[in-house]
Amino acid sequence: MAEIIANEGGGKKKGKKRAKKFSTAIDMTPMVDVMCLLLTFFMLTTAFSKPKIMEIVLPEKNIESKGTEIPKWRAVNIILDENDRIFYYNGLADPTKPPIPTVIESDYSKDGIRKMLLDRNKTLFKQISDLNNDVLTGKQVMSKDTLDQRLRDLRSNDMVGPIVLIKATEKVKYKNVVDIIDEMAICNIARYSLTEMNSFEVKLLAKAKRDIAAGKTGQP
Amino acid sequence: MGKIKVAKSAPRTDMTPMVDMFMLLLTFFMLTATFRPQEPTQVDSPNSISEKLTPEQNVITVYVGKDNKVFFNIDNGEDSTQHIRQKVLADVGKVYNITFTPEQLSKFERMAAFGMPIKDMAAWIDAPSEKERQVLQTGVPVDTTNAATSELANWILYSRQANPKAEATIRGDNTADYKAVKQVLDIFQGAKINKFNLVTNLEKVEVKLENQ
Repeated sequence: MAEIIANEGGGKKKGKKRAKKFSTAIDMTPMVDVMCLLLTFFMLTTAFSKPKIMEIVLPEKNIESKGTEIPKWRAVNIILDENDRIFYYNGLADPTKPPIPTVIESDYSKDGIRKMLLDRNKTLFKQISDLNNDVLTGKQVMSKDTLDQRLRDLRSNDMVGPIVLIKATEKVKYKNVVDIIDEMAICNIARYSLTEMNSFEVKLLAKAKRDIAAGKTGQP
Repeated sequence: MGKIKVAKSAPRTDMTPMVDMFMLLLTFFMLTATFRPQEPTQVDSPNSISEKLTPEQNVITVYVGKDNKVFFNIDNGEDSTQHIRQKVLADVGKVYNITFTPEQLSKFERMAAFGMPIKDMAAWIDAPSEKERQVLQTGVPVDTTNAATSELANWILYSRQANPKAEATIRGDNTADYKAVKQVLDIFQGAKINKFNLVTNLEKVEVKLENQ
């Protein structure tokens, strides 16, 4: 025992008049218990990733908008189908105006529809990513509002990028639609819209599916 | 001398560092906590790259669950003295000749999202337990043949009337049918709302042009 006391005293042997010291250590266990409980509670109830939102604006209904005619060379039609299938064709499908475009099957992966869209949207995508890069690296200094305004301007002045028309068949899952709209955001597509399929496109799609099933490729 | 005595005291660990750590974590979680809102159904949101945060006020939220059931929620706006939820419930009740007692109205104001035909509404409000409430949640009827006069359309119409600032937010499940969502979108458009917020989870994507 004497040795232990000596050790604790750290060599100070003079203070022999010390009053007997009681340990000041409190039993922490209940405190730990309570804390553990509270911690678990907060961890489980906390929503860490606050849900984000993606904005879409749909064209107003019941208004017969003649609208602007979409230039044929800019139009890209994306058709979503059940079982996560996705098709696209370029131009406009009009039985009275041949040639009738070929429907090509693609997929949701990054080498699928995204590659095609990026390829079509190169100019605008490059402008936007250059601007973003300049701001990130400090080459151009601007406030967030100015940047947003610049990006908006770039988008609305885009005259060469594709105009994407998104169409979905009956049994498409919600996820597919959100994915494709997200794809628009990823590729910085300036103009896109969710529209309905017309009857001619239904036929085109059915034919394309038959062809693909028969082993032919999408290409003519 | 040669005896070695084993100390008989119970083994004690010093809890102080543990308490310190817990305290730290606890403080962190308490300060960062934003409580998960109570949801009427499990909704698994799709992913997107959008980083825009969900607005907290002035939102009409429509949930579309796995089984395409539709749930509805509206918040009280920034001025709770307006009692927007009460107003909406009273108005929609009037359309279907159902009157709610003031107690039911004020109770409804404090409740969350719901999904049931309006005739079950009173039962849902007065239900004594959460379990019984869950049973009543069968989804807001969305009439497929005449969507413009369905109950959901009325909920949206009167919500919009009570709170013109309210934005449409749609919380759809990954596996919900687009058809069901489209119907909701159509009803919103019938109420002259053309801008929608789709709730998604953040997912980072890096894209580069291959041949610049």
